[in-house]
Amino acid sequence: MSDIAFVRAEAIPPAPPPVSETGAIKWMRENLFSSISNGVLSFLSLAVVLWIVWSLLPWFTGSVWNAGSLSECRALGEGACFAVIRERFNQFIFGFYPPDWYWRPILTFLLLVAALAPVLFSLPRQLLLLTVAFPALAYFLLWGGSVWYPVMAMAGFGVGFAVWRYGGAVLGPLGALIAGVLAAVIWWMFLSSPVAGAFASVLPLALPSVESAQMGGFMLTLIIGITGIAGSLPLGIILALGRQSKLFIVKAICVGFIEFIRGVPLITLLFVASTLLNYFLPPGTEFALLLRVLILVIFFASAYMAETIRGGLAALPKGQYEAADALGLDYWRATRLIVMPQALKISIPGIVNNFIGLFKDTTLVSVIGLLDPLGVVRPIRANSDWNGIVWELYGFVALLFFICCFGMSRYSMYLERKMRTDHR
Amino acid sequence: MAVITDPQKEPFRIGMLLSDTRYRSLTIQVIVLFLFMLFAAWVVDNTIRNLDALGKSFSFAFLWVPAGYDINQRLIAYTSQDPNIRAAVLGILNTLLLAVMGCVTATVIGVMAGVARLSKNWIVARLMTVYVEAFRNVPLLVWILLIMAAVNDTLPQPNAFRGENATASMVLWDHVALTNRGFYVPEPLFTRSLGVIELGFMQISLDFLLFVGLLVAGIVASLRVGAWADAVQSRTGERPAVFWVRLGLVIGPSLVALLLLGFHLGLPELRGFNFVGGIHLRDSLLALWIALSLYTGAFIAENVRAGILAVSKGQTEAASALGLHASRVMNLVVLPQAMRVIIPPLISQYLNLTKNSSLAIAVGYMDATGTLGGITLNQTGRAMECILLLMAFYLAVSLTVSVVMNAYNDRMKLKER
Amino acid sequence: MSEPMRAQMKVLDEVAIRITAMNKWYGEFHVLRDINLTVNKGERIVVCGPSGSGKSTLIRCVNRLEEHQKGQIVVDGIELTSDLKNIDKVRSEVGMVFQHFNLFPHLTILENCTLAPIWVRKTPKKEAEDLAMHFLKKVKIPEQAHKYPGQLSGGQQQRVAIARSLCMRPKIMLFDEPTSALDPEMIKEVLDTMISLAEEGMTMICVTHEMGFAQAVANRVIFMDQGQIVEQNEPREFFTNPKSERTKLFLSQILGH
Repeated sequence: MSDIAFVRAEAIPPAPPPVSETGAIKWMRENLFSSISNGVLSFLSLAVVLWIVWSLLPWFTGSVWNAGSLSECRALGEGACFAVIRERFNQFIFGFYPPDWYWRPILTFLLLVAALAPVLFSLPRQLLLLTVAFPALAYFLLWGGSVWYPVMAMAGFGVGFAVWRYGGAVLGPLGALIAGVLAAVIWWMFLSSPVAGAFASVLPLALPSVESAQMGGFMLTLIIGITGIAGSLPLGIILALGRQSKLFIVKAICVGFIEFIRGVPLITLLFVASTLLNYFLPPGTEFALLLRVLILVIFFASAYMAETIRGGLAALPKGQYEAADALGLDYWRATRLIVMPQALKISIPGIVNNFIGLFKDTTLVSVIGLLDPLGVVRPIRANSDWNGIVWELYGFVALLFFICCFGMSRYSMYLERKMRTDHR
Repeated sequence: MAVITDPQKEPFRIGMLLSDTRYRSLTIQVIVLFLFMLFAAWVVDNTIRNLDALGKSFSFAFLWVPAGYDINQRLIAYTSQDPNIRAAVLGILNTLLLAVMGCVTATVIGVMAGVARLSKNWIVARLMTVYVEAFRNVPLLVWILLIMAAVNDTLPQPNAFRGENATASMVLWDHVALTNRGFYVPEPLFTRSLGVIELGFMQISLDFLLFVGLLVAGIVASLRVGAWADAVQSRTGERPAVFWVRLGLVIGPSLVALLLLGFHLGLPELRGFNFVGGIHLRDSLLALWIALSLYTGAFIAENVRAGILAVSKGQTEAASALGLHASRVMNLVVLPQAMRVIIPPLISQYLNLTKNSSLAIAVGYMDATGTLGGITLNQTGRAMECILLLMAFYLAVSLTVSVVMNAYNDRMKLKER
Repeated sequence: MSEPMRAQMKVLDEVAIRITAMNKWYGEFHVLRDINLTVNKGERIVVCGPSGSGKSTLIRCVNRLEEHQKGQIVVDGIELTSDLKNIDKVRSEVGMVFQHFNLFPHLTILENCTLAPIWVRKTPKKEAEDLAMHFLKKVKIPEQAHKYPGQLSGGQQQRVAIARSLCMRPKIMLFDEPTSALDPEMIKEVLDTMISLAEEGMTMICVTHEMGFAQAVANRVIFMDQGQIVEQNEPREFFTNPKSERTKLFLSQILGH
């Protein structure tokens, strides 16, 4: 069968594809007009897009930016009345925070960016100090008052950590953990405020204080969102570990908590914050609605966080647990050194998605009377000057949220893609 | 000769509570339980003392006291003299109504948008991406309030439809009136209606029951025909064409019943300052329904897309290589696999929608949260009891759904080594 | 396998596949350049070449899993155009086995095998099941019929995939690197199945790097590089006396160790 033998004498150089197979024509044929029905669909959608643009365009081009009321706006132009945004811009961002001290939330925000930077990017570890100190700093800057109270509250963690770290030799790992927690609790209950008072009388470093009720606008959204997610992280880790635990009672408590929180709408939890929480605390305890809301929001977020982290734990190969056991690491060390760093890394996109969800859910606080951007809208619409204005206000709030959430969701998708390639 | 014995049992020492694996977990659990009980006792004690201080008690007696407020949307009869519990039931029914309406439309929107996002048509795919991203990245409450405000502030009042030179007119050939109080749409009426059954606490329309019965019977019959077609196919290899027969069985009897009962539309009419007749879709229900459907639809679209993408290209190729053509590849290979991926998140979206329907309180729709957690709570001051009941209701819904879902997941799990 | 056995595998004079001046592009990238190939009934052709040389793309064009842009492909007398009817007809005559098996994980082994006969060939279920069992016996795993693909080893899965294709009684079989996703000890069981198929006179095109298989079974080996057929010959000549420099280099790389 020698007739089948064939050897190519010279190689064929690559040729360009036929004209109908390249460029815009091919693209249009494949993507818009691959069949008659597809072509009709393309034209229809195009018509819809053009119609939307066409009817929205005059609204934007004829918009009015400078007016004192809606009727003034309508007299000046046919389009949107963005003057209301211009007039109330500060309220949308800061709520009723005293205008003289706008620099405080702004500085806090800048510090936040600086505190997040070492977590998100690989920067020198010393910068993490700022991250650790940030909660106290932020509280001090936003609420004002003496610097010593937040500092001493933070010191409780230091006390607990020190007891745990140095008590380990005497008490054993579990004993040290319990002792550490106890020490911190004792510090917070009995010592922190007298000590802070003492420091304050010696070195009175203080800012004028601002009431919680004055906080509002987008700043409030950020406060609730970020506190919620930051607070839910440790609680979520504990709950996730508890849910994975072999100890029946621990597991039952964690599952019960998680399923309860996930089973009820956030609004009912906010009702708990606004009406019930004071019942559960010792008689006479009174604190601002915002703080009560923050507690419940942390609970709420931590249940979802726990499920996200549980997903990360489940995604970890079993071999990792076995290898850690084989190295002779005990449960806490294995968890801290081997399991958690990997599980958390896997969960990061999920955590970002949780954050997006929580960020959007913060708008619910307007229902119980806090002045987040939606809470700011209501009095404006009730105001006789601006009565009847709809699209500009809600459009602005929607845009604010869209920019933040869309940005974060892109970031989380980027992380997911990066992680997929890293693992290869 | 060596004697093999069991490891020596050490006598119990107190230190073993922490160091011995047999006792350690028990010790920890006892400690945790103790701390938990302590915490619970502390909370309960605080609560009792707080209630005492306010002179309140913990009792559900208020449920049988007349509610004293009106609810404009009623699925069952209700007056303001009815007890709080009936108001709560009304609220729960309204929640369920909204949830069912929302789930149906959200599924339709979500499936269409999800499939369209995978379309080869560039413009359609882009448009759907814009829709999905716009709704996923803006809070639901903003959408609800926006739609509510748009209905209230931009649509004409009912009396604008009045008179010779009315400034507004009904749409769809005078069938639907879009007003700032909501939409008035035609209602189905029957000239030879079968009447209603009195159940004491509520009425049920016999016409409605008849249609439900016919629909169920039609679906059963259609399933039987499907099974018959399967049997014929497995016997002879040829599958009889039964699609139209099955479709006819499902909708045919209902159409016949419509004719027999003398079906006609009751159009909304302007009488005095308002519309009468027809069905009034209230502004609040409308805003919630539209917003919940579009919002949840965007999430469902993502689930549907992910489910279809989860079926690897190799599966489609292998099925095509066997000579199955496109619709069969979809029905026999892609969909059965995609459904396993889609259904669990779909059900949790339904659950989310039901929980999100509690935002009704922001626009004054009288759902469970609006009645039990809203007016009843404020009027009776029984915050503890009301919120407890409210949470119990939502928890019951959630737990039921997750039991169903777990059963489904167990059944549908792919068998692997 | 000995020479007399190879002689048993008769090549007929009828044409099974004729590819003339076929070109294919992925976007701007010219993947297949001027392919001319005629396969007679009963031929066993092995296609080899470095990765990215277009060999998989070539056989995927034969049942139009990929579309070609220039030239002609005629399979069993049917020209492959955008006409869906022709495509369906060709696909039901041509079996294909994939590198990653692509069994349907939601169906049992038996259901995997009966799916296409029932829905494409309109075979009664009982008959389709008998046929499937016949071929499952042939690939030596009848006892797995009621398990799911996920419960089988890679080698078993690939044998099921072969049986699944055979259930359509194809005239031509295409193999796209059927053994490269398998563990070494499983390769043999799959190759044995393919050899017995060849002995029955099946027309086969195999993309594979199993040179032992090529030497034992093939009546023609095709070497592809950069989207072109660089050399083809009967196996003994091809391996002992390659003509082209690129063939020599390729053979030295895969046989060298």
